[in-house]
Amino acid sequence: MNYFNISYFPDYVYIPLYYLIGFIVVAVLMLFVVLFLVLLERKLLGFFTVRVGPNRVGFHGALQTVADAIKLLFKEDIIPLKADKLLFTLSPILVFAPIMTVWAYIPFNGFFAVQNSVVGSLIFLSLLSFPILGILFAGISSANKYSLLGSLRACAQTLCYELPIFISLLSVVILSGSLDLNDIVSAQSINNNCFGWFIIPSLLGFITFYISSVAMMNRVPFDFPEAESEFVGGYHTEYSGMKFAMFFLAEYASMFILCAFMATIFLGGFLSPFGKYISDFLPLSDLIKTPLIFIEQFFWLILKTMVLVVAVIWTRATLPRLRIDRSLEFFWKLILPLSILNIFIVCLIKLFMGAR
Amino acid sequence: MNKTLKNTFQLNIGPQHPSTHGVLRCIEELDGERIKSLDFVVGYLHRGMEKMAENMTCLQYLPVVDRVDYLSGFFCSQAYLSAIETSLNFELPKKAQYIRVLTMELNRISSHLLWLASFLMDLGATSPYFYCFRERESILDIFENITGARMMYNYYTFGGVKSDISAEILDKIAEFLDEFPSHVKEYENIITNNPIFLDRTKEIGVISLKQAQNFGLTGVNLRASGSKADLRKDKPYLIYSELDFDVPFSIYGDAYTRYQMRIREMLESRKIALQCIEWLRKNISDDKVNLNINSKTVKIDEGLTIGSVEAPRGEIMCWLWGNGTNTPERVKWRTPSFYALQVLPEIMKGKMYSDLMSAFGSLDVIMPEVDR
Repeated sequence: MNYFNISYFPDYVYIPLYYLIGFIVVAVLMLFVVLFLVLLERKLLGFFTVRVGPNRVGFHGALQTVADAIKLLFKEDIIPLKADKLLFTLSPILVFAPIMTVWAYIPFNGFFAVQNSVVGSLIFLSLLSFPILGILFAGISSANKYSLLGSLRACAQTLCYELPIFISLLSVVILSGSLDLNDIVSAQSINNNCFGWFIIPSLLGFITFYISSVAMMNRVPFDFPEAESEFVGGYHTEYSGMKFAMFFLAEYASMFILCAFMATIFLGGFLSPFGKYISDFLPLSDLIKTPLIFIEQFFWLILKTMVLVVAVIWTRATLPRLRIDRSLEFFWKLILPLSILNIFIVCLIKLFMGAR
Repeated sequence: MNKTLKNTFQLNIGPQHPSTHGVLRCIEELDGERIKSLDFVVGYLHRGMEKMAENMTCLQYLPVVDRVDYLSGFFCSQAYLSAIETSLNFELPKKAQYIRVLTMELNRISSHLLWLASFLMDLGATSPYFYCFRERESILDIFENITGARMMYNYYTFGGVKSDISAEILDKIAEFLDEFPSHVKEYENIITNNPIFLDRTKEIGVISLKQAQNFGLTGVNLRASGSKADLRKDKPYLIYSELDFDVPFSIYGDAYTRYQMRIREMLESRKIALQCIEWLRKNISDDKVNLNINSKTVKIDEGLTIGSVEAPRGEIMCWLWGNGTNTPERVKWRTPSFYALQVLPEIMKGKMYSDLMSAFGSLDVIMPEVDR
């Protein structure tokens, strides 16, 4: 399924054009999403903590993050004297690029996903394992002990959240019988309402996935790689200007994209919770219906993602930080067994409820 | 070439660091994330408080005293003034004593609120910070109404306080104190039973009674370890002997207990403040709030006098050597945070690096008081 297919272009024009358009759409979308998310987080945190939040630049502070981004762009780019310059420059890119890439695999609606793959969900999570390399390199190359300790913590944490996250994904794969994200979404439309979503048979899996992905985003209560009160800035202590901005962008982009992924595999993705009401009930011609469905499905995915994003921000506003060893215990001794138990439950459901 | 491989490394924290509450330098020997040894370097905020007194008259020194501990200025003034007042045998007017106790207890609440805010910030919880500051703000507003300043009050004077409290301000304070328990409940809802908070504070930074006494801890840090020592009960100054209040104490001595003690102490302070308001309302017509002496002519008698006060962080003492002139021969401050800091290397040996933050935060150390 390609989002546009014009047969009179020769291949050598068509293929680059296809990816170029995909890239531009994803890049622009990501830029807006990140700018919006930073503002949303600051506004929400303001709301949670009896403050106003940014309200000076633009309409109710709408341009605050734009102003911040411009400020970061013009800041001096400092590389510490003893830093390994190559790794130091490479690591923000290593963090940023995979997170940028995975956007291509999310089906934003039934018509548009830049890249379709039969193993889409696997590629998605595998690519998201790469940023840890960037974080590790950042810690090693900065020649700063805070950075080093922060990045080592990040590595220790990676080991413990990746297993539950993949095992939770496995439960969805068992239910849908496919690794393709489009197939996973369409497998959830069987009942034609929200009861077909995989969150119902695999509730435990959703919870373990959610907790693990909060750890993957390095956010409170699992934010020890950048624990402010302990390691100042953690792995990005020495970074400034655009390099820091890339870490910053990556954090928010990964927050959005992981929530979108969760929405896709557990909450029915772009499906509406009330079934296909547009194509079934509205007396309109296909020419109007198709763009309407295009927008409607996009809207549902963004809405579900936003609900999850707000939950993540809310968690940040509520909880203190865990201790690193407690966090490792928590993942190895509780979340991992729970996700395996979830596989067992899902298998039983699959066995007795028959083909879904 | 007998070089043994070193498994530990040195981590230098501060003087500028988000969780050192000012400028404290801390040299740690870490083995992984475990602390092998810990050493503090203090003095980055040293202002020569004691030496300053020798070049000033005791009136000139009075505003400086507020800066010994900027979060509880009233207590420092009280310690200093009580030394002078004992030396000169001043008998304070009753109303001045009640006003002093009222302002000090409000100050205690505001200081504990700031402690709670920064303690939770150290643990990584951001929201309670703003809730605590909201209430602290109302207290600072009240102080602004009473004294004209929000932090450096310079309100107490030789033989009393500088100005009377009006009935409107008393109403304002009463209004704040009425609402206060509901706010405390709000903090407790978000903090007390939070499993992560319990995990970070229970059995962390345990100080035994023996250790606490050996290191000279005072105040909440000592009472959390099982002592009942409180100057307000043991050696009542001002009108504390006439007031009805409890001194909360416990035996566990960990960070969580110190948190509980401070929360309870805030509520006790509220009780004291309400009693003071009641008395002040009855005696609103009495306008004798100081002895009306010429502050410029105050001369300290020869010899040593000690003023001590139960401050939010423990016992603040002021040694004052007079020589018959209006300039003290020598002033020495005993500040509780300095002693609380010394106990940390002892209790943190072999503990996790993250625990240092919760233990350090729970002791309520602030640097201006350590360095003076």
